[in-house]
Amino acid sequence: MSTTNGLNLTLKVWRQKNDKDKGQMETYQVSDISTDSSFLEMMDILNEQLINEGKDPVAFDHDCREGICGSCSMYINGEAHGPGREITTCQLHMREFKNGETIYIEPWRAKAFPVIKDLVVDRSSFDRIMASGGFVSVNTSGNTQDANAIPIPKADADKAFDAATCIGCGACVASCKNSSAMLFVSAKVSQFALLPQGKVEAAERVQNMVSQMDDEGFGNCSNTGACEVECPKGISLDNIARMNREYLSASVSADK
Amino acid sequence: MTTLNSRIPEGPIADKWTNYKNNINLVNPANKRSIDVIVVGTGLAGGSAAATLAELGYNVKAFCYQDSPRRAHSIAAQGGINAAKNYQGDGDSTYRLFYDTVKGGDYRSREANVHRLAEVSANIIDQCVAQGVPFARDYGGLLDNRSFGGVQVSRTFYAKGQTGQQLLLGCYSAMSRQIGKGKIKMYNRHEMMDVVKIDGKARGIIARNLVTGEIERHSAHAVVIASGGYGNVFFLSTNAMGSNVSAGWKVHKKGAHFANPCYTQIHPTCIPQHGDQQSKLTLMSESLRNDGRIWVPAKKEDSEAIRAGKLKPTDIAEADRDYYLERRYPSFGNLVPRDVASRAAKERCDAGFGVGTNETGEAVYLDFSAAIMRYGQEQANIHGHHDASQEKIQALGTDVIEKKYGNLFQMYEKITADDPYTTPMKIYPAVHYTMGGVWVDYNLMTTIEGCYCIGEANFSDHGANRLGASALMQGLADGYFVLPYTIGDYLSNDIRTGTIPTDGPEFDAAEKEVKDKIDFFISNKGSKSVDHFHKRLGKVMWNKVGMARNEKGLKEAIAEIKEIRDEFWKEVKVPGTNDSMNPELEKAGRVADFLELGELFARDALLREESCGGHFREEHSTEEGEAMRHDDDFAHVSAWEYKGEPADAVLHKEELKYENIELKTRSYK
Repeated sequence: MSTTNGLNLTLKVWRQKNDKDKGQMETYQVSDISTDSSFLEMMDILNEQLINEGKDPVAFDHDCREGICGSCSMYINGEAHGPGREITTCQLHMREFKNGETIYIEPWRAKAFPVIKDLVVDRSSFDRIMASGGFVSVNTSGNTQDANAIPIPKADADKAFDAATCIGCGACVASCKNSSAMLFVSAKVSQFALLPQGKVEAAERVQNMVSQMDDEGFGNCSNTGACEVECPKGISLDNIARMNREYLSASVSADK
Repeated sequence: MTTLNSRIPEGPIADKWTNYKNNINLVNPANKRSIDVIVVGTGLAGGSAAATLAELGYNVKAFCYQDSPRRAHSIAAQGGINAAKNYQGDGDSTYRLFYDTVKGGDYRSREANVHRLAEVSANIIDQCVAQGVPFARDYGGLLDNRSFGGVQVSRTFYAKGQTGQQLLLGCYSAMSRQIGKGKIKMYNRHEMMDVVKIDGKARGIIARNLVTGEIERHSAHAVVIASGGYGNVFFLSTNAMGSNVSAGWKVHKKGAHFANPCYTQIHPTCIPQHGDQQSKLTLMSESLRNDGRIWVPAKKEDSEAIRAGKLKPTDIAEADRDYYLERRYPSFGNLVPRDVASRAAKERCDAGFGVGTNETGEAVYLDFSAAIMRYGQEQANIHGHHDASQEKIQALGTDVIEKKYGNLFQMYEKITADDPYTTPMKIYPAVHYTMGGVWVDYNLMTTIEGCYCIGEANFSDHGANRLGASALMQGLADGYFVLPYTIGDYLSNDIRTGTIPTDGPEFDAAEKEVKDKIDFFISNKGSKSVDHFHKRLGKVMWNKVGMARNEKGLKEAIAEIKEIRDEFWKEVKVPGTNDSMNPELEKAGRVADFLELGELFARDALLREESCGGHFREEHSTEEGEAMRHDDDFAHVSAWEYKGEPADAVLHKEELKYENIELKTRSYK
């Protein structure tokens, strides 16, 4: 592996003390970054450097560092999770960058995702949308029917799984010019609408989740598809179409 | 010395859990509304416990350090979850799952707990399907299964390589429903700093709001620790960056015994370390060993040429490859348990056959070419392409492999820039899971009354080695189906207690201790970062308390860890303030606990003069390098009582009685 020629880079990083601070870009230099390092390992090196200089390190969300927890959330050179498709920031590697390059690093920007500090934003609006209907109302009992009692066509199970792989990172919102959360919400609505277990409450679910989504201040969908392009899990726009159908049919037939 | 009472119910093993449930005290629905339970951690164990307790009617307060319960590290589990459903009709049963788990744990787990786990395993699958978890299905619409290491049946349910994600999101959905109802009060971005005991019982916690830095008091009638494993004591592991031992260690310091800290699982199939800038390691699921064959060159000169970049793996002729697992363990082959596979990889690399081109040179191949051709031929037959070319067969086979393991192959390609469809993966063992943890009795209660510990954080079910796809099973079994019963029996005594006040002297004292430590970190103007100490600790742990251990190395490790700890308290440097978001401050508290745990871990490994499961003592091995257990002296759980310095910890033993399974030398040959 090519660890011999390390990269020297200029970083322009968004710094913001807290939600009240106005915030600004700061410039830092890092050197000798291995091309095999991940982007977040490069950030670790920057932070180690800042600590040694007696400065406040850059706060950023991260945890699993293998692309599944959905914590990391940087806007890099104008793209959610940086260059490359179907990856999170933690899966982005420094071999994607050139020696001497300048990299711009910003937080997600959306009204419903206020900045907490530096690159860390508050995504609890997603949790509240989930609490409004992102579930099947079944208690834990140990007496539910046998798992194989209802066969589910493989195609439906696979589509439900694809929708369910959403990691809730918020890249869709950050990439959308309207800061819409339609891809996120439609992925959960679709997963359940495609499965017999979820169908029972489908109408109520889609109405409640969409209503909560609107209350949180997310924008409307204008079908530009930036969300699908930047989604690290490749969640398809088909889900938005499915959610619109579900929503329409729920609205037409709703009792309330 | 107190005696450890494991409170295993009387009666035949298959009836214990049923009889237990029939005889415990219940809390009626109206009374549940006046009882509070704190759950720390929202992974599979904590999430399922929080959701179920809230459904039952208790008031639950759940805490996680992440920004949402959905991000707990259970999410990263890849391969699958075991259950004794016997859908394949291949001879599986509750007894066989029980037997495989006890044997896989190298006869160091508690029989009654493992049997209960096997009994409830089938309920887990039913429950998850009812929640809308999209498990993999076959064309008939029924659930599909695959095999994992250490067993000879197919009992693993899966959702591609993202089973943990799907199960955790199922838990998170169930939690979300209760959060929406107000039955769970969710505290995101909060870290438990200490447990509060009143009259000997766990009655609350001190937590820090990680956004504002505020120190908060929370009371409850019982406290459940579900904070996961402590693999990050090695710095580099497959755990999440934030995974830590602190919740478990805090209850240990307040009276909960810590059991078998030396039982660590080194997972055989991880992406090798790239260099010194590495921050964590990435697992490649064990499920890959269903179809991948592990090998190194049979000739040392070929390995040398590969390391020097002069040969590629595809240049090595079939006859010159050493499929060492198939050679050494013909009946289990590539699907031997993790501890066995890891040691075998280390043995080959130590002998000079490693193929790593990274700084360490340590790696072996995991090769899918045979599986691709086999599946390709099968597809060609199905579709009637009887004269398909090799390229066509390869393309068809690649498609099958992509459907089974696509996300794992993509993950590998992103990290290494190698295409595993055309060249074998390079893998090497890495720290993955900790079987040791807080000691609990059959009720999952620690030695602190009212303090429970579930999931990876406890020690109970996996003995000295965990079988693949059993961690998800245990986490959900504990949270959905075990704790909700056992905790009810305890809480039935609290129906008239009323809300526990948080203004008493016990809360005052615990809060002061927490604040003093935070003030120390902020005001200590040391010269070295927290990571500096964590990395040094990790190196000692990996080199001397890792895959192979010996007396000399362990004694050195104990002394070195103490030195690092002393230096940490003098020289640690934590920037920023205590009244704002401060990730360095969070890390400092966690590393302080790892520095104590590490020493106890090494002491435990030194005292256990045998090899069992993940604990391998070089002095106790056969001439062929296989582990040698000493059942006469060590068929017990080592439970440590805190007494200040790790060197002063007092050992208690829980004898392990095997009444249903005969103690035998584990063989996978």
